[in-house]
Amino acid sequence: MDKDILIEYLPLYKEALLLTLKIGWQGIILAFVIGLIGSAILHFKVAVLKSIVGVYIEIFRNTPLLVQLFFIYFALPKVGIQVTAEACGVLGLGLLGGAYMIETFRSGLEAIPVIQTESAESLGMNNFQVLWHVILPQAITISVPGLLANVIFLLKETSVFSTISLMDLMFTAKDLIGMYAKTIECLFLLVVFYLIMLLPISILGALVERRMRYGQFGD
Amino acid sequence: MASLGIDVLFKGTNFLRLLQGLWVSIEISLISVVLSILLGLLVGVLMTVNNKVLHAILKVYLETVRIMPQMVLLFIVYFGTTRVFGWDMSAESSAIFVFTFWGTAEMGDLVRGSIKSIPTIQFESAAALGMDKVQTYFYIILPQTVRRLIPLSINLITRMIKTTSLVMMIGIVEVLKVAQQIIEANRKTSPNAAFGIFLVVFLLYFIVCWPISRLATYLEKRWA
Repeated sequence: MDKDILIEYLPLYKEALLLTLKIGWQGIILAFVIGLIGSAILHFKVAVLKSIVGVYIEIFRNTPLLVQLFFIYFALPKVGIQVTAEACGVLGLGLLGGAYMIETFRSGLEAIPVIQTESAESLGMNNFQVLWHVILPQAITISVPGLLANVIFLLKETSVFSTISLMDLMFTAKDLIGMYAKTIECLFLLVVFYLIMLLPISILGALVERRMRYGQFGD
Repeated sequence: MASLGIDVLFKGTNFLRLLQGLWVSIEISLISVVLSILLGLLVGVLMTVNNKVLHAILKVYLETVRIMPQMVLLFIVYFGTTRVFGWDMSAESSAIFVFTFWGTAEMGDLVRGSIKSIPTIQFESAAALGMDKVQTYFYIILPQTVRRLIPLSINLITRMIKTTSLVMMIGIVEVLKVAQQIIEANRKTSPNAAFGIFLVVFLLYFIVCWPISRLATYLEKRWA
């Protein structure tokens, strides 16, 4: 392995990491919002919307992100819906992630005993207040390990963005290998940068899970 | 916006080619799933063994697979190892290797989870009957984990099929690549074909994965 080459390529990878993180976080926030709204719809069994959310989950959980991205990026412009590569990445990641986040939040919501809702209602709270002040704070805490697992999953999935020519880590590595054939150095940096991005979240996830289990010992 | 590519789809053998492309992904996933389940059972049992060194090695293995995107693993095996060791590995075998490597870790973790859920008394009773470790696992523990494992392994199949769409990146001609070829070939006569063709690819994946994941959910509820 050539040290000079590693140093030479480092700035390119850093830029790619920033782009990956930027799109990744925007997508994850979108997924988070979709997850919250979708799980609330399922929880309150809102007519019509409930079925739409159900269909949405099935569609996005049963197709690969790569195919979803291709559809958004290459197929939709043909019917007049044009999106930039970055927006496509955010949208694809958000829609895929949303389908998984809904399930995570829903299992969190289901874990809250009915008595919590009933007590809140007996205090005169309306549906929204019950959800916002009583149910959600508890449900989100329960969902945290699942959420972090989803975040890791989604950040990993960003590697697919290279196919719609976003200059993410994967794209940079592929490009450099194609141009200068320094395969080993490029792949080494690729692994290192993915570790930099994902290892902290993975460790955080393990800590949170242990902490949660610690909190449940009293039960 | 005359046509959206439905005519292109039925021109010549296009649709058949798409299905053949899909079969390539499914074939790779099925081979990998079968290998993963067999190896995963072994790894899962090893994970429950009380041995610090073994435990550490398997933990590193599991975490590596969890953290590294499958695409990175594919690149390392297909471009990296061939370069370092100078061997010639076909794209298909690299793909099967990577997906088995990944699937074994996932399956191993599932097996570990279900073995942990078997009450200790089962192990103790088997020991009291004079069974050795292999007999205990083979006759007592593993048969009891099967009910929990079958829905989870079926789920692994859909995840595997979805992930194999990545093999296009190492030059395997599967459904997406075929779709691109068809679109390219008909660029002049039918410039909007991308919509119809990619929509069909989208639906094909859904049609394959949806029944499998429904089956997994059904079995999970039924056998829970």
